Amino acid sequence: MECKHDNLLQIEDLSIQYKTGEGIVRAVNGVSFSLCKGQTMGLVGETGAGKTTTALGILRLIPDPPGKIVGGKIYFNGENLLQKPDGMMRLIRGSQISMIFQDPMTSLNPVMTVGEQIAEVIEIHEALGKKESLEKAKKMLEMVGIPGSRHSDYPHQFSGGMKQRVVIAMALACDPQLLIADEPTTALDVTIQAQVLDMMNQLKKELNTSMILITHDLGVVAEVCDTVAIMYAGEIVEYGSIQEIFENPKHPYTIGLFQSLPSLDVDTDRLKPISGMMPDPTNLPTGCAFHPRCSQRCEKCTSMAPPMVNLSEDHQVRCFLCEDVSEQ
Amino acid sequence: MYKYIIKRLALLLPVLIGVSFIVFTIMYFTPGDPAQIILGENATEEALANLREEMGLNDSFFVQYSRFIINAVQGDFGRSYQSNRVVFDEIFSRFPATLQLAGIGVLLSVLIGIPVGVISATKQYSFFDNTTMVFALIGVSMPNFWQGLMLIMLFSVWLGILPSGGYGDWTYFILPAITLGTSSAGSIARMTRSSMLEVIRQDYIRTARAKGVLEKNVVYKHALKNALIPIITVVGLQFGYLLGGAVLTETVFSWPGIGRLLVDSIKQKDTPMVQGLVVFIAVTFSIVNLCIDILYSYVDPRIKSQYK
Amino acid sequence: MQGITSELHTGRAKKRSLWLDIGIRVIKNKAAMVGFVILAVLILLALFADVIADYDTVVIQQDLANMNQGPSLEHILGTDEFGRDIFARIIHGGRISLAVGLVSVCFSLVVGGILGALAGYYGGRFDNIIMRCMDIFLAIPSILLAMAIVTALGSSLLNLMIAVGISNIPSYARIVRASVLTIKDQEFIEAARAIGGNDFRIIMRHILPNTLAPVIVQATLGVAGAILSTASLSFIGLGIQPPAPEWGAMLSNGRTYLRSAWHVATFPGIFIMVTILSLNLLGDGLRDALDPKLKQ
Repeated sequence: MECKHDNLLQIEDLSIQYKTGEGIVRAVNGVSFSLCKGQTMGLVGETGAGKTTTALGILRLIPDPPGKIVGGKIYFNGENLLQKPDGMMRLIRGSQISMIFQDPMTSLNPVMTVGEQIAEVIEIHEALGKKESLEKAKKMLEMVGIPGSRHSDYPHQFSGGMKQRVVIAMALACDPQLLIADEPTTALDVTIQAQVLDMMNQLKKELNTSMILITHDLGVVAEVCDTVAIMYAGEIVEYGSIQEIFENPKHPYTIGLFQSLPSLDVDTDRLKPISGMMPDPTNLPTGCAFHPRCSQRCEKCTSMAPPMVNLSEDHQVRCFLCEDVSEQ
Repeated sequence: MYKYIIKRLALLLPVLIGVSFIVFTIMYFTPGDPAQIILGENATEEALANLREEMGLNDSFFVQYSRFIINAVQGDFGRSYQSNRVVFDEIFSRFPATLQLAGIGVLLSVLIGIPVGVISATKQYSFFDNTTMVFALIGVSMPNFWQGLMLIMLFSVWLGILPSGGYGDWTYFILPAITLGTSSAGSIARMTRSSMLEVIRQDYIRTARAKGVLEKNVVYKHALKNALIPIITVVGLQFGYLLGGAVLTETVFSWPGIGRLLVDSIKQKDTPMVQGLVVFIAVTFSIVNLCIDILYSYVDPRIKSQYK
Repeated sequence: MQGITSELHTGRAKKRSLWLDIGIRVIKNKAAMVGFVILAVLILLALFADVIADYDTVVIQQDLANMNQGPSLEHILGTDEFGRDIFARIIHGGRISLAVGLVSVCFSLVVGGILGALAGYYGGRFDNIIMRCMDIFLAIPSILLAMAIVTALGSSLLNLMIAVGISNIPSYARIVRASVLTIKDQEFIEAARAIGGNDFRIIMRHILPNTLAPVIVQATLGVAGAILSTASLSFIGLGIQPPAPEWGAMLSNGRTYLRSAWHVATFPGIFIMVTILSLNLLGDGLRDALDPKLKQ
């Protein structure tokens, strides 16, 4: 996909594997996508599709062992992150790329005050002393709607939604160019989900941060994202602009995802869930990984892996059904 | 916090009464005639009978226990049958030796055990990890008294460079402190390793890494502080146990502490001494436990809020 | 119908494979297997001690002409201060150590387990009374308690087992109580109660089996602790009386001869250490195999 200005992030053919006692888990297989400055991409898929692994891969935080990035390139501002020395990578984490994790309950250190935890990232990446860092940390707390005076409180004294605000303050403290948010609202109450999401969206715009939003909630994607990548069993199966994907979904899996959503516009008697389960990642099916669950599979799907097909400038699908369309 | 400490100290009282009851009962049923012990082998039957009457040994169990507990509450555990000294004078004259040895032993084991455990955890399954954990397990499995004897044989008997026992300048501390330190260091290293491995898997460690924290700080600032609770528990248990008199080590090295005093008193059926010592040891043990619980609250703010 | 029966079959297969899995994990654990093999050798030596060396003529018969001889072909671990073969005494001593270890652990396990299960299951005042009593026992270091009890009862094999057993009751009571408390409120217990199971049945059939994992681990390590306690008591002269061969007592006798006969104190200690080491290895391996966190 072409950007009007600059490409912030470009991932090419990223593959990540975990070695376990039961075999090699191919968590991410040849994932490619790019993200323009200031834009938001939604990374959508079921649990276990490899979304979080992809995100951790970008930060090079895959736990090794058992995990390993086995191939691909991650260009950030034109430089391949996979070739950076560890020390350089560490300086990028938290300052240029930061991440918000799924569960705010467990992602804050229980024995440090929230102020200390926010100040720490500032102290590392900005040439500020302890005092100044703490002052800035208080400002960050105010920014996410928590009184600065609560900087000396510990995480257990906050509610789930407040904790996630602290995590967001921490992630945005050093004005990162890229924010990766891994299901930032899944662990929160429904009423608080919207609040947190709105706040994130607003701050992102204010700070002109690009974002990768990992989620399985298409509703959230529609609200926030510019582009969408649908992941299934470690692969991107459909990728494109939000209009293309929402108005003209092509991959049977994407279509299935939309059909399993309740809709207010169309009066349906029952939702259509996608039958079957995610395949065992140590033992992926031959051919297209989705074929055992696909209602439109053909002979070819069981033996050959479908290539990525360019439908238009901003729409790609990994499905044999679309090959003919693109050839025309 | 103060309320909590006072509450805990108040709870100590019934425990001590229970302890005194148990030890009184055990000593009551221990064969041996106190009068005989005090007067010696050559005492006449008449003198023995008089002394028994005088000491109230002919009274029933409950009368004797009541008398004991009434005196004990006032801090009076009587006099040693053996030395005729006031029980607590004797204990307090022996306790410093035990305290010194326990302190040095625990210090030694903490200084070795915690760093070894941390490094092992950060380099799980490495050569360092495997080797040190084998040694830690051997340290835990080695009987103190045997290790003490082996050290005496090597350094005192064969090489002749260190004293084999007794109390004196710093050279006298080396072998007993190593003996006590080895097994404690082993269990502290093992506990540190497993606690660190548990913590290092947590999400907030990943968060710290995602913030760009130096790996050194991830381990020592973020992980170790969270891993500390079980480590403190083990250190405290070891210290409490050593304060209660490392009975065997003190015996092997003829160390003039309360552990050896207790062994001698039990063997000589010196009832007041045994009763005083066991109650004293129970008190130290409980106070060490209380200190550990208070220490928890400084390490983990979540625990602090529970103590109110 | 077909579907249901096949599901039942897979259900049963899964249940069996759980224990099979644990077994496989223990066998795969090299450290645990080393511990198991050493322990098996020690047990075999103890079982066939009479075949290897006759008790009356070799183990306790004095032979002063041969006192404190170093290891040789005839006496592979040398002889002690009465000229008795140390190896023969050690393997007969192994009987005592293993017996005291096993019996005293069974004793504390049964008494402590029942007290802990009742306290955990019924809770309330009952729980309070039992656990406060346990606190009293826990305030006295167990070796001191065992020393006092064995003095009161007089030293004999049985009394040694009782003393070591009593002093370890509280730790089992605590473990069983803790795991009963975590299991008690789980839904399958509710379900058992809902279909009318009585308390006894629920404790025996549902709760105790689920507390098994921590108890097995603790018991394995407990045997090691009990063997150490026995040797300690004998070392300070409160355990088994001479001429019976006990590891701690043999070691204690060797103290006098550190200069002239190093082997007298050395070898019994090595056997104590190896026994405890093997139990610790096995206990660690069992803990890893039974740890639900590692099952994923």
